[in-house]
Parts: sequence; structure tokens; C-alpha cells
Amino acid sequence: MYLGRTVKVFGSRESELLVDDDEFGLEGAKPQSTQQQTPTTRKRYSDPDSDSKVQFTLEHGFGDSHFSPAGTFSARLKSWSHGGKTLTKLRFSRNGFSDEEKDTFKNLLTGDDFYRIRVPSSVISPPGKEFVVASVRAASLSLPFLRCLPRDGLDEHFVIHMEGANILAASYGSLGACQYPRQFKLPAKWSFNSHTILKCSEQAPRTPIFTEEILGGENADGEVEPPPERSFWAKYWMYLIPLGLVVMNAVTQATNMAEEQTGGQAGGSQVQQSARRR
Amino acid sequence: MAMALRLYLLLIVFVSSAIVSFSLYEDQVGLMDWHQRYIGKVKHAVFHTQKTGRKRVIVSTEENVVASLDLRHGEIFWRHVLGTKDAIDGVDIALGKYVITLSSEGSMLRAWNLPDGQMVWETSLHSAQHSKSLLSVPVNLKFDKDYSILVFGGGYLHAVSPIDGELLWKKDFTAEGFEVQRVLQPLESSIVYVLGFLHSSEAIVYQIDSKSGEVVAEKSKAFPGRFSGEISAVSNDKVVVLDSTRSILVTISFVDGEISFQKTLISSLVEDSGEAEILSPLLSNMLAVKVNKRTIFVRVGDQGKLEMVDSLSDETAMSDSLPVADDQVAFASVHHEGSKIHLTVKLVDDLDTVLLRESIQMDQHRGRVDRVFINNYIKTDRSNGFRALIVMEDHSLLLLQQGAIVWSREEGLASVTDVTTAELPVEKDGVSVAKVEHTLVDWLKGHILKLKGSLLLASPEDVVAIQEMRMKSSGRSKLTRDHNGFRKLFIALTRAGKLFALHTGDGRIVWSTLLNSPACARPSGISLYQWQVPHHHAMDENPSVLVVGRCGSDSSSPGVLSFVDVYTGKEISSSDIGHSVVQVMPLPLFTDSTEQRLHLIADTDGHVHLYPKTPEALGIFQREFQNVYWYNVEGDDGIIRGHGMKSSCAGETADEYCFTTRELWTVVFPSESEKIISTLTRKPNEVVHTQAKVSTDQDVLYKYVSRNLLFVATVSPKGAGEIGSVTPEESALVVYLIDTVTGRILHRLSHQGCQGPVHAVFSENWVVYHYFNLRAHKYEVTVVEIYDQSRAENKNVWKLVLGKHNLTAPISSYSRPEMFTKSQSYFFPQSVKTIAVTSTAKGITSKQLLIGTIGDQILALDKRFVDPRRTLNPSQAEKEEGIIPLTDSLPIIPQSYITHSLKVEGLRGIVTAPAKLESTTHVFAYGVDLFYTRLAPSKTYDSLTDDFSYALLLITIVALVAAIYITWALSEKKELSEKWR
Repeated sequence: MYLGRTVKVFGSRESELLVDDDEFGLEGAKPQSTQQQTPTTRKRYSDPDSDSKVQFTLEHGFGDSHFSPAGTFSARLKSWSHGGKTLTKLRFSRNGFSDEEKDTFKNLLTGDDFYRIRVPSSVISPPGKEFVVASVRAASLSLPFLRCLPRDGLDEHFVIHMEGANILAASYGSLGACQYPRQFKLPAKWSFNSHTILKCSEQAPRTPIFTEEILGGENADGEVEPPPERSFWAKYWMYLIPLGLVVMNAVTQATNMAEEQTGGQAGGSQVQQSARRR
Repeated sequence: MAMALRLYLLLIVFVSSAIVSFSLYEDQVGLMDWHQRYIGKVKHAVFHTQKTGRKRVIVSTEENVVASLDLRHGEIFWRHVLGTKDAIDGVDIALGKYVITLSSEGSMLRAWNLPDGQMVWETSLHSAQHSKSLLSVPVNLKFDKDYSILVFGGGYLHAVSPIDGELLWKKDFTAEGFEVQRVLQPLESSIVYVLGFLHSSEAIVYQIDSKSGEVVAEKSKAFPGRFSGEISAVSNDKVVVLDSTRSILVTISFVDGEISFQKTLISSLVEDSGEAEILSPLLSNMLAVKVNKRTIFVRVGDQGKLEMVDSLSDETAMSDSLPVADDQVAFASVHHEGSKIHLTVKLVDDLDTVLLRESIQMDQHRGRVDRVFINNYIKTDRSNGFRALIVMEDHSLLLLQQGAIVWSREEGLASVTDVTTAELPVEKDGVSVAKVEHTLVDWLKGHILKLKGSLLLASPEDVVAIQEMRMKSSGRSKLTRDHNGFRKLFIALTRAGKLFALHTGDGRIVWSTLLNSPACARPSGISLYQWQVPHHHAMDENPSVLVVGRCGSDSSSPGVLSFVDVYTGKEISSSDIGHSVVQVMPLPLFTDSTEQRLHLIADTDGHVHLYPKTPEALGIFQREFQNVYWYNVEGDDGIIRGHGMKSSCAGETADEYCFTTRELWTVVFPSESEKIISTLTRKPNEVVHTQAKVSTDQDVLYKYVSRNLLFVATVSPKGAGEIGSVTPEESALVVYLIDTVTGRILHRLSHQGCQGPVHAVFSENWVVYHYFNLRAHKYEVTVVEIYDQSRAENKNVWKLVLGKHNLTAPISSYSRPEMFTKSQSYFFPQSVKTIAVTSTAKGITSKQLLIGTIGDQILALDKRFVDPRRTLNPSQAEKEEGIIPLTDSLPIIPQSYITHSLKVEGLRGIVTAPAKLESTTHVFAYGVDLFYTRLAPSKTYDSLTDDFSYALLLITIVALVAAIYITWALSEKKELSEKWR
């Protein structure tokens, strides 16, 4: 079950572009049985009683520095009748880099150090006791040279794994491939292109049980649809060919023998034959 | 006719599609496999030597084995391995014919027939609480129904009939704060005395009628102070207890009516007293107390008066007392002196009378004597002889008699904790093959015998000779490397901290060494790593292994590193590293100029330490400093943390080989819904032959082969218990594949209504795991295969020709992974103890899963059966590729048990190691038993079999050549005669 939503936020402006594609096509979109697919999200949002809005902050740190707020996630927390909670409609607004942060970031790039982010592990009671941390080499974040990225700027990509209202893990990185050795290049534009994906766990397909089906099927098929009768040749060619060879062999030998006889005892037989003719 | 033809066709189809089975012929058993039976460290021993028949000793061990051993040779007559949770509390012999065992904290009582070990009866006793468990079997040889076995356990006293195990009566002692300490039935008495302490400050004695279980009398007396739990029963009416300050011994007399206490200060017995400890040996009217590292013997007088009679140095092991002739009681003590041990048997009443004094040369690598059990016999001159069964520190079991070691058993091998492999030395010029092999005539004789065998001409004697010849086939147990890599050493680390090198040829112990440390007497071994594997200097340098141990059981206790030479078993060096050991990480591909593998050891403070501590290693490490990542799993908190290297910890310590790390990522599992039960990574030394997998439709799938993948399985906290303890709705199993560099979750799959325990195996790009499905009430096996999407476009030949592919581009974990998974689940009819996978030298040979089943056997299952691409009706092309039609459960083919008729009792682990020959892999399974075999998952396609008859080949060639000559001569002759005509 995927709950994938993409939110693109440019710079600090709250201009959102809602793209409703399910996901980015990674992680084996298994052909799931359709009943496990979530019902269309619109329907759920229309139910205001069980929805509540939650907000949690994204914090970032440069290298080993302390974490400071960097943006806010807002989402709707949907409570289900059976007690479960799911997070939907995740939006993210990124604070722009201040000048000071820009300098730190530049230093980070030159040193190819880690840019770290963290989010609370529970969205209901942030800040929870534990934080989910992810980090990336700064240089791999600023990749204007990559063919997969036409824009030049800072490109970030969040994948947030949820279990109920808890965040299990956050993957953070650039959208495209990261080349190694990492190249040092400063971003041309200090704005973030943020992409977020929310992921819930995928249900394992049920182990198929088809002993009875097979047995039933066999019984039914055995009477209804007998295997197509093959031609005599198709069935017994492996016997027929050797047989043919043997026969041919025997025939040639017989003819040979006859010839030999005719050759060896030419006179006699002719005599005999002539005698008979006479 | 048509029917016969159809049958014949069916047979052909069957044979061609049949799965290659790996069964053995009867005469092949033991050719390349061996099996060793052990019992473990002995806890209790009861001798049975009264009758004229076989002399035996019944032992129970820490591996939960009850066994009967032959006293003459040390062989096992019979043995039973009880379950891992069924620890044996007591063992005794009843009625002279039954072995009685009490296990599971006093809740399971069983009787085994003494001669053959058949179970006679089993009684499950009711148990309400955790308590001491006491077994009291009346000492009488008569078949007297009046006597019953008294068992205390779980808060109840039970009387059980020894004949059929029937529960005669039971008495409840589950009262709050009451702890039963002693159950006693004096000989020829019908009263059972039960002594217990109430809240550790009041002694209560119940007198119970042994026939009915009624309480006849109850006496109690408060003690001013508190008792510690340590108690020693010195005689039928007295016990000695240590009080809670451990400085006063209290004698409690309780039989005739009243309870009386008598206190004796330990300081009045010995001058420099400290905290005392009562030692376990039961001596009559005497007790052994350990004070200030010395053992003192205290005699208990008639009125409960205590007096010290002797004192011994600390390193003395003592046996219980044993009645010898004329109402005398003797006990044995063993102490060390240099490389010798001294066994002394003395009378308890008169410590100056020494019945036996023997000195025996003892191997240093057995450590100290841990336990002693003695038994006496009457010599021909009517004097008493003694035999002593001793348990050494390395868990080995030895029988001493008449100043010599009669037999010994290496029981340490029953508790192997870690295994690694090592090569044998290369054959040098000095050792000629011809000397080891036989002469040419012998060789030819042997082959002619074999030829006879293969042509079915051999007489029964010949068959025996052939079998014998095969068994000790020339090179099998040589101590040099062979061409095929069949001869190797398995280095096993045992729980006792002893290292054994076992030869793959015949399983013999090549060397063994007990770990030593300057810091503590006996470090406990944790794990084993290959430290130095010389390839370039294989002729003149010996490989070595690294044993990581620690002083003490706590994880924060300081670690010890020990380097052991593999060829000789000598400890090269041992160092006390001064920091704790949490995790040891061999760095892949990093070796220094002497081919020592670089290792990182993480301690509890979050620092990592580099080994070996050489400037060269430091240089190599610093080059790759930025690219070293590690992770740790905090199972209790449900957190996995990833770390990167930060800097040298120069600020805190002057140690330049110590580094600080920083947290790069965390994965936090919500504690209310998930609990980590299993984590697994790929074997670091695994070889993957090809990255691409070509499928039938000429399509290529690229395996996602990453060394940084971690498989994690979590279950709901409720479902962490026993199978069936939760409903399917309450339990879910979630599996993850996590990249350990970035902390990305690459794959996440939840199985609703499933439960652990999870047994998994991870190899190449696939994980196979085994768990229980609560909905289907069956075990299931799921396979997950991971494929790389980013390389999927490299299918075009032109792209490859023109070099426009990304196959050689370096891979970074920071790239967004483009991968997809395929998975499928199957039912598996058996419960599993462990799973492993075969590994071969180049990874070309197809793989087999080695499943250690609950029956302690190992099943080899082709990986093809757990292929996620199996479909119900595979197309012709798929069939050609070897895809098996989908079935809902995995087959168990009886012939594919690689252990054939044997059992590896108490199976705990399976280790595989590649041989040099690509088709072959070594399999070593350990538990209480050891089992080794060589396996060829795709048959030995790259070598001739052992029974290949070279003689037949030779004879055929000779015959052919002769025939050619003869026919040539004949034809010449004929031609000549033709010409003369």
C-alpha cells in the first residue's frame, strides 16, 4: 500500500505543486490485489471528524553542528475506526538558507562533509524521545551537472517511511544518481527543490494455496480436456527411425548378399537359370 | 503395449525432469563425511558399578544431555538430548535399573531404562512458581514399593512411585516467602523432613508421613538475623547455613523434636576471615567453606559444634563423600602443581588417613580441574581402589584410575560458539608424495580391486577390502594442502574459551589451545576472525586467526585479543586491549603488506579502534577514512544507528588508533508495534559470479549486489513469544532491507498474522526467511530477490559495443536506488533451527539452502525451489531454463538429507566454506554433535569421481592398442597372402 504524494516547494515561497502520481516507480510496484489499494484519497479527506492536522519540524545540521529548524512538514492524521492512524497529505515547506547558513554550506561542500537532517520519530508528540536521522554528503546534493537534473539548484528528495503515526526512517538524498568521485561544484541558485514521498509498508501477498484447486482442476480437466492426441509419427518417431534404419540396413545387406551371390556363383546360377528356362 | 509405452515415456520425462538428488549409496557413507558425538560439560555423575555387568557412569550435562558412558573406554552407551529449555536439575538411579532425571526446574520427572536408555515413564509435575528443585531418590537396592521418589520443585513436594511414575501425593509449599531448602528422608523411617526458611529469618521443619503426605508435625523457630541461601547438609539431622552477613555459620539441628541453632563466627575458625562461601561438595559431618581464597574444612560435632580441621589452597576441586567399607566415608580432592595434578582420596573422619595419592601428568591446555566425581571398587587384594571422573576447565571429561588417564573426551566441542576455516600448509619439497602414497604395485593392486568391484566380480572379502581402502584413502587425512582444496582445517571456538582445529578429512583434532590472557585468568571467547591469510608468502608465512574475547561476562568488561597460528596452534601474542568490545568489523579488502586483515573494534563509548596497531595499517585506513561506515543494532530499544568516521580521538586519549564516530542515520522502530527479532547481512567473503541473470525471453535482469544490505525482521511485541500465544490479528511480521551506508529502507514487506522466530539466509541478491503463519497454521518460507533497475537499459548489444553503458560506472550509495524486488512465499512443512547456504569458490555452481530441521538433520534444498519466478504453468522456455512449476509448499525429498541417517543433536549452526574445486563446498554443522560433509550442489561436474577406475581406463587403452596391432598384423598377413595368390 503506497501513499505517495509529491509536493514541490520552490524556495521559501509556499507555492505548491500537487502531483498526484503514486510514486516514482521504484521499489517494485508489485501487482497488488486491488482491494488492498487505498480508496481514493479525496473521499477520506472529506470526512472531517477523524482528521486532525499535525505539524512537525525538519531540523538540519551542517557537519557536526547542532540541529536547527529547517522547515515544517504538515500533514493530516487520519484516525481509523479500528484504532490505527495514518498520515496523509504530507506537505513540506522549506525555510531558505540564511547567508550564514550558505557560508556553512559552502564549507560543507568544500570539505565534502555531511549534511544531516532529522525528524521526530513520532509525529503526534513531537519532539519525541528519539529522532530519525538521515544524512548525505553535501556534494551529492548539489548536482547541477547531472543529466537527470535540468534545473540548477539544490535538489532534495525525502522518502519517509511511516508505520501508523510513527516515522520509521527517512531517506534523504538527491533525485538522481550520485557520481563518484564526487565533484565539487557550488549550486548556482540557493533554492531547494523538495520532493517528498510517504511510504507505508507493503502487504505481503498471501501464500497461494492451490492443492485443492489443482486436484479439482486435474479431475475436471482429465475428463473435459484430454491432452491433444499427437499423431502416430510424433509419438513414436524415436522407435520408427531406428526401425527404419534397421530395415534399410537389412535390405541393403540382403541386396548385397544377393549381389555377392550373383557375382560369386555367376556361372552356376546362370547355368541353373538357363536350365530352368529350358 | 500402448500402456507400457506411455509408462516408458512417463519414466523418460520423469528422469529428465527429476531434480538431481544428492543421496548417497550405503557404501559411500563416511567417505567424505564424519560425525562426532558429544555430551557437553558434565554437571552430575552417578556411577553404576555394583553389578558384574558393564561398568557405566550416568552423567547429565550443561547441554541438557543425559547419557550413559562406558567406564572402560568412555564410549556412549546411550544418550538423550533434552530440549534447550529442559535443563536437568538432578539425576540418580532408582531401584538399580532406572535412571531418574529431574528437569525443567523440577517439573519434569523421567525414568530411563539403565541398560538401553529406553524411556520407562515420564511424569509431568505441577509447578506454580520458580524455586529450587530437589531430587531425592531413596538409596535402597531392594524392590520395595514403600519407597517413593521425593521431588521438590515449583513450590510443591511430590512423591512419585519409582516403578511407574505414578504421583502418590503432593504437598503445597507455595506459601508466600517460604523457601524449601532441604528434603530428607532418613533410612528406615517413614517420616519425611522438609526444612525451609520463611522470609529468610525463620526456620520451619515439617514432618510429613511418607505414605500419605499428611503433615504430622510442624516446628518453627525464628532466627535473629537473616539466612543467606547457601546451605550444606552435613548429616541426617543437621544442616549448616551461612547467614546474610557471610561471617557466621549457623548449624541447624532439626530431627528430634526441636529446632536448635548454633552460631559460629568464621573468624573464630580462621584468623584472617572475610566473606565466606559454602562449597558444593556434600561431605558427611563436614563442610567445605571458601574463605579468603582458601578452602577450609569444618567438622561438625555431635552437638553442632564446629571446628576447623584442615585448610587447602584455593585451586582444589573436591568430590562428594563416598561411603567405603566399614562405615567409613572418603572424598577426593584434586589440586594442581606445575604440569601435574595430584589426586588424593582421604577419609572424612580422619583427614590424615590418605587412601590414595596419585600424580598424573596433565596437558596444560585443559586448564584447571573443575569437578571431581569418585567411585570405589574392591581390588583383588581386598583393598579399596578408586577411580575418579574429572571435568576440566575446557569441559573435557577424563577418567583417572591407577595413576593414569584411562580415557578422555573433548566435551568442549559440544559447545562450539564460532567457526572459521583455515588452509593447511603447502606441501614442501621435504615431504615427498611417494612416501605417503604406496608403491606403484600397491596402487595398481588397489585399482584392480576397484575394477573388480565396479565389474561386480569382487568377492565379499574384496568388498570389505575396497571399503577399507576407500575409508583411509591415502591422502584423506594428510596435513598438507591438496589440489582440490578438500583438506582444510575448521577452527572452532568453544564456550570454555578453547580453540580446536579439526581436520576435514577425518575430523580429528589437529591441535587445541586454551586461551590465556595477562589480564584475567580465563577470558571468555566471543568470536573468531581470519587475521592473516598469506597468499603471496604462503610458503614461508603461517596464517593466523584472531580470537576476540573478554574478561568477564558483562559487555562493558575489557576485551582481550589473541592471535593464534593456524598451523601450529601456538598463541603468537595475546593482548589486553584496555577497552570493551561491542562489535568487531573486519574491513573488507583492506590488508597490509604482511597480509594482515584490518579490523575495527567498537567499544561501549562509541569509539572505534583500529587493529593491527601499525603505522602502515593507519595509513591504509586513513586513505579510506571518509568511506568507512558502520552500524549497530540496539535490539532492546528497536533502533538501528548508522555511523561514519569523524576524527581521531586525540582530544580524549593519546591513542592514535582510536577514532570517534558520528551518527549519520537512525531507523527507529515504534516500540509499541515492532520489536527486532532478527538481523542478518551477507557473508562478507561471498563471491558472486555474475551480476546479470538472463531469463528465457532473452531479457537480462541485473542483480542488486550490495555488501551494505542489512536484513531486519520485526514482530509485534505481543507476538515475540511462543508460537500460538497470540491471535493472527495481534501479530504481524515486518521485514526490511536497509542500506547500511545511508539508512535507506530499500524494501519493506509486512506479513499480517505471522510470527517469529525468523530464520533467514542472505546471499547474493536474495534473502530467504522462515517464519510461522498463524492464519494458515503452517510454517512459511519467503524469498525476496532484489534487482537493479538502473542497469536494466544495458541490454542493447550496440550500447555495449560502443561503450555507452553504465556497467563500469562506480556505484554510490547516495544515489537514489533504482531497484525492484520479486518475492514469493511457500509453505514449509517443518520447523527450522538454522538455515545456511552453500558457497563455492567462484560462485558459479548453483546454490542449495541447507536447512537445519527440528529433527536435527540438515536438508539440502535447491535454490530453484525458492525462486520467485516460479509460475503455475511455466512456458516451455521457462521449463528449459529450469523453472519448476509453482507449488504451494516446498518439497522435502528424503534423499536430500545430507546427514543421511545421522542426527546432529542440538544443532545450532551450519558453516559452509568453498573448496578450491568450484563444484564442491565444505559443510560443517555444530551443536552437541559435530558433522562434516562435502557437498556438490550441481554434482561434481569438474572432476572425476573417487571411484573412477583408472585401471579400467588403462586396461581398455592397452587392449585397444593390442587390438590395433593384432588386426594390423593380421591384415598385413592377409594382404600378403592376397598378393601371393
